[in-house]
Amino acid sequence: MHLGEPMRHSAIVRATHWVMAAATVALIVSGVAILIAHPRLYWGETGGVGGPSLIDLPIPFLLGHSGWGRYLHFLAAWIAVASGVIYLIYGIVTRHFVREVLPSSTDLVPGSYNAMQRGAYTILVFMIGPLVLVSGLAFSPAIASVMPAVVAVFGGQQSARTIHFFAGLAVVVFFVGHLVMVWLNGFVARTRAMITGRASTEGS
Amino acid sequence: MSRIISRRRLIVSGLTLAAGATGIAGAVRLADRYGLIPPDHGGLFGIGETLTYASQRMLMSRQRLAREFGRSDISKVIPVNGRAPKKDAYQRLLRDEFRDWRLAVDGLVARPSSFSLEDLMSYPSHSQITHQACEEGWSFIAEWTGVRLSYVLDLVGADPRARYVVFFPFDSFWESIDMADALHPQTFLAYGMNGQRIPTDHGAPVRLRVSRQLGYKSVKYLSRMTVTDTLQPFGKGTGGINAEYGYSWWAGI
Repeated sequence: MHLGEPMRHSAIVRATHWVMAAATVALIVSGVAILIAHPRLYWGETGGVGGPSLIDLPIPFLLGHSGWGRYLHFLAAWIAVASGVIYLIYGIVTRHFVREVLPSSTDLVPGSYNAMQRGAYTILVFMIGPLVLVSGLAFSPAIASVMPAVVAVFGGQQSARTIHFFAGLAVVVFFVGHLVMVWLNGFVARTRAMITGRASTEGS
Repeated sequence: MSRIISRRRLIVSGLTLAAGATGIAGAVRLADRYGLIPPDHGGLFGIGETLTYASQRMLMSRQRLAREFGRSDISKVIPVNGRAPKKDAYQRLLRDEFRDWRLAVDGLVARPSSFSLEDLMSYPSHSQITHQACEEGWSFIAEWTGVRLSYVLDLVGADPRARYVVFFPFDSFWESIDMADALHPQTFLAYGMNGQRIPTDHGAPVRLRVSRQLGYKSVKYLSRMTVTDTLQPFGKGTGGINAEYGYSWWAGI
């Protein structure tokens, strides 16, 4: 590592990035484990086998094996929320969001790579992230008793579950797209930059 | 970033670490005292369980009510999850329309008692139309009628030291709830569903209804309940068969 190389990612960004990456993998794996107990989506308050569904996912019903999935999902969710809150506070206080995440006016050239990249991060951090969290909270009966508005905003607990599924799917799409972009731009150099914080201008 | 750890920095970090450890130990003692640690708090997953249980318990004061619905919201299809017990003791009672059925209440109570279906039906009845979700993902809305658990606990003189009520059914799915839920106005022993006696497969003659938790806490085919200050002696000490199978004991999730 040469100290002359430009500092690309701060320590907080690097730490929260990797913690969030691990939590996201755990959330996706456990989310699938929970989903296959009942791979059917509904709209409104209620839904079950024998009644109308919105979407029947082409996955077999593998009932009764989602206990560990739920334990892992909640543990990973707590880690993701803690990491997300630290990142949000950091991003606001240091103006990281304004300087490096939100698309700036000079980026707003249609089709420009930077605009698309910043746009994707902005959508993930400020829309999909909060949506996946709030829609997940909405199907907790305890939370619904404290904040009924959380359920009302989605139009029912089954609607919230369906939206949670699609928000989760959006996270998966981002995750895959992100990995592809990192691969195309030099996997080793980009990964090293996110670990050490420094970017080599020549790649490695 | 300085690579040299000065003595001053070492002392400060040591003190911070000690304060942190003392703080955590203190927080754990406080949390346990206020009933914020679930029985399945062990292991790595236990950290998530404890955070969820403690934060949701603190958010919900005792009187927070589960959402109630209108008659028009009652689900037309109510799936059955798990059939009625096949064992003789239950089948005999079923044949006699539960004439000889009794709900035994014991443990930390002044007057251990047993109640017939007639007894329970003679007490002030309570109806509610609430949402029930299975942990698998499906859900329904139904109207339930019964007697508040708090009323029965009052009759038997439950000890103020009690922290949990454990429920034993005719099948194997025993469970427990904390006193905050046991005394909640929407927690009751239900004998009616949608204006009729509870259908056999939905938990006849009496099932528990815990409106702010997932369906598996609403124990069907009740036979006995025990008031206790610890869940240690029951099963593996994790508060229910579902936690032994790997499902969260706290199911407000």
